[in-house]
Amino acid sequence: MFKMAKKDIPNMLTLLGESMDVYAPVKKGKLTNFEDFTEGAELDIDTLKTVKSPKDFFLPQVENLFSATSQGKEINIEAKALRDKPFVIFGVRSCDVRAMEILDSVYLSEPVDKFYEARRENGIILSLACNEPGQTCFCTTFNIDPAHPNADGAMWVINDNIYIEARTEKGENLVKLISKFLQEGSKNEIVQSQTAIREKLNKLPYSDLSLDGLEGNQLLDLFDTPQWEELHKTCLACGICTFICPTCQCYDIKDYDTGGEVVRYRCWDSCMYSDFTLMAHGNIRNSQKERFRQRFMHKLVYHPDNNKGEISCVGCGRCVNKCPSSLNIVKVIKSLAVKCNV
Amino acid sequence: MIQKQMQERAKQMLSLGEVTCVLGWKKGDFSTNPQPAVFESEKDLEDLVYDKYCAANLSKYLVELTKKEGKVLVFLKPCDTYSFNQLLKENLIKKERSYIIGIGCEGNMQVDDDMQEIGLLEKCQTCTKTAHMVFDELIGEELTVRQGDDPFEGVLNLEQMSSDERYGFWREELSKCIRCNACRNVCPACNCRKCVFDNNKYDTAQKVNASSFEEQMFHIIRAYHVAGRCTDCGECSRVCPQLIDLHLLNRKFIKDINEFYGEFQAGADTDTPSPLTDFNIDTDPEPGSVHKRG
Ligand code: SF4
Ligand code: SF4
Ligand code: SF4
Ligand code: SF4
Repeated sequence: MFKMAKKDIPNMLTLLGESMDVYAPVKKGKLTNFEDFTEGAELDIDTLKTVKSPKDFFLPQVENLFSATSQGKEINIEAKALRDKPFVIFGVRSCDVRAMEILDSVYLSEPVDKFYEARRENGIILSLACNEPGQTCFCTTFNIDPAHPNADGAMWVINDNIYIEARTEKGENLVKLISKFLQEGSKNEIVQSQTAIREKLNKLPYSDLSLDGLEGNQLLDLFDTPQWEELHKTCLACGICTFICPTCQCYDIKDYDTGGEVVRYRCWDSCMYSDFTLMAHGNIRNSQKERFRQRFMHKLVYHPDNNKGEISCVGCGRCVNKCPSSLNIVKVIKSLAVKCNV
Repeated sequence: MIQKQMQERAKQMLSLGEVTCVLGWKKGDFSTNPQPAVFESEKDLEDLVYDKYCAANLSKYLVELTKKEGKVLVFLKPCDTYSFNQLLKENLIKKERSYIIGIGCEGNMQVDDDMQEIGLLEKCQTCTKTAHMVFDELIGEELTVRQGDDPFEGVLNLEQMSSDERYGFWREELSKCIRCNACRNVCPACNCRKCVFDNNKYDTAQKVNASSFEEQMFHIIRAYHVAGRCTDCGECSRVCPQLIDLHLLNRKFIKDINEFYGEFQAGADTDTPSPLTDFNIDTDPEPGSVHKRG
């Protein structure tokens, strides 16, 4: 366990910037999002949640896969380079850290996604404990502990200091790079703050949200429940919920024809969109009810079924705050769990 | 309290079979996030709420709801009735399938990331919609409508910038866009059956801003397409997760239309010809002659 003065963070990040790319929560106007931490950027580690999650750094909203050009009868295909430069993401909350593990279950299982894998290998995550958990947070429902975040290194802000604990080899190497800012700290010094965080978590509005009724093999029951009719009715099919969600993982693959060149790229897709899973024969989900159901069945049933029970929501609460129709996964969990209890 | 009256009247109409469902706002997990909801029983209506957090414009939901048989009781605030009229004018909702109860409004609140109220919504700060433009009945004495700040102030500021500055401003703003489509889908004027940006048939589909050109194109096409039909209900700016001041774009069009063609308010009624979309072959001069006339 090390500690350093909080006011030294920008200098520390600048130093790291000499050997890797540095991303951190940066405030621009009224917004805080993870961005390149470059000179003059306003670091903001007080804002609890960025609008977008940091999943972009591993699964960018858009990325080119390859380009194809033709010369006479020859077609040249050039794969886009994989990420080979290290980078660090500073200040990731526990929920977003878990979200990366969930994405790993999908992208690092066979067939491994090379683009994702390369970013994962080059990426170092420094997580940050949540001193002030927010009203919409329900990470504890998924046994996530914001007082003891995971990742390559964990951090706690306590008064004017920031405590850093390396957890992996990557984390240890990173700590060496910034050693000139660090002094020894002790685990005892963070205990009080951890207790305070856990007390606050217990008082949050969703602290008793439980998944009872969702476990077990009841896929068809849940799929067919009449509740979907009621739940989806005012969904506008926009896609905010999928784009701000740290665990949403679907993408579409498209070609961009520039005339002389065809670029194949992939971009985030949303199950809320009308052409989601559109295939040559047509679409298997033709109503918003079916699309809405897909989002929640995927998170609460299909993904866990395929991944040893791992639910693909981390309780970050972003969708609770941002859906224009005030729909969200909490409402779905409550409704489905009730259904199965009776 | 007006909420009680709304509940009572809705229950009465449902029980008498005068309407088949009720479109209103339902209690959320937080007092600050009531949910637009369809109520089908008197019991459900116990959860109906109406307060300063009921900002969602319910007119848009009628596009889907009035496709079905039956009649929907809908609660509309003054500004929402403009959207209703505009949708009516565009034949997208059926008047005979809806029953409008106009309700008073004292302005709605903006809510921050932690569900805390942080002052009036922009759309309410600049509200000029002083009465219900269409209704079957009104509820509540408190038909207070705010006479707000000048809605065109922001546009005037933009007009005073040099074109480079303005271009810089919009580039900065629009580069924040994550293309979640919330502004489009919440917008009552965005009601094409298949949006050009969703259309896979003609290579116009776009799920992402692949370049700064594309992020600008999405917004400029959208602004042009709703020009003359946008009632300035303010929903786009309300829902944008990246807090882009989208209303500035629409209000520029509204201001220009007012200046070029005379004052026009979309949704004020259903029969005033719209300056950009109505053309009468017998009475309107050919576009070329408008040009000559200046
Ligand atoms: S649930 Fe909400 S955020 Fe998601 S698509 Fe529907 S309206 Fe949009
Ligand atoms: S579903 Fe909602 S609460 Fe769960 S991880 Fe996604 S955005 Fe967060
Ligand atoms: S959901 Fe949990 S981990 Fe995420 S920001 Fe809230 S308290 Fe922190
Ligand atoms: S709501 Fe905001 S972020 Fe979403 S598409 Fe519209 S402008 Fe972009």
